[in-house]
Amino acid sequence: MEIDRSLVGRTSDPEVCEVERGAIRRFAEAIGDTEPLHLRGEIAPPSFPTTFRGGLPGLEFDKKRILHAGEEYRHRRPLRAGDVLHVSRRVEDVFVKQGSLGAMTFIVLAAEGRDPFGELVYESRQTIIYRQEAGA
Amino acid sequence: MKPQVPGEEIPVLRKEAVGKLQLLRYAGASGDDNLIHTDVETARAVGLPNVIAHGMLSMGFLGQLLTDWAGAGAVRRIAVRFSRMVHLGDRLTCRGVVQETLAQDGGWLVRLLVYAENEAGERVTEGDAEVFLAGSDRA
Repeated sequence: MEIDRSLVGRTSDPEVCEVERGAIRRFAEAIGDTEPLHLRGEIAPPSFPTTFRGGLPGLEFDKKRILHAGEEYRHRRPLRAGDVLHVSRRVEDVFVKQGSLGAMTFIVLAAEGRDPFGELVYESRQTIIYRQEAGA
Repeated sequence: MKPQVPGEEIPVLRKEAVGKLQLLRYAGASGDDNLIHTDVETARAVGLPNVIAHGMLSMGFLGQLLTDWAGAGAVRRIAVRFSRMVHLGDRLTCRGVVQETLAQDGGWLVRLLVYAENEAGERVTEGDAEVFLAGSDRA
């Protein structure tokens, strides 16, 4: 698919994501974390929202063409086991940069998680580099 | 005493070599099922000698660096760039350097630079973070 600025502003419907104790535990174990509150699955490590997998309607990438360039999390409070979050995503920016390997398309995907009362809990921002078809 | 003076380093985190089992576990725990991290044929098909680590695993290491120092739940913000690939067998060392400390909400908000470097001293993942320290036990 062609990735261009027409995608900017595209938004997903909120998706309900539950913070499960076992999921926190497995995430902490995979990192090799030693923090007891993480290993007991009580408080989630800072990058835990990466486990909330979800996409944007009509936006699919060929995995062989993408590079993960950066990631950001902002937390209003820690995520805890039992939290139920409504996560929505949007395309924040699309831009092209000339690099040593030619033109690279950068896509910035933002997400936010709110509690059932609508209070903001966290925000994330992911930057990926997409290599367009040859010649692009 | 917590280091909150600009230029001061927080305790270093030295991780063990990145292994296949860790990549399998991280793929399962994070939901990132890109086979470039777990299947050598897929990695070779794109010109890599072997599987590479998820950039997000190194971000997880930097999260651990911060929570080891400040405790679970203390990280208000963490933002990183994935500058270089992390290869199987790489041993990463994670470091944080205090940039500034601001009084906030009865405690301290500490801004830091954070990075993970490989054994060649190359920064593979780098960025910045904000950590909240409760209380007024300023060093």
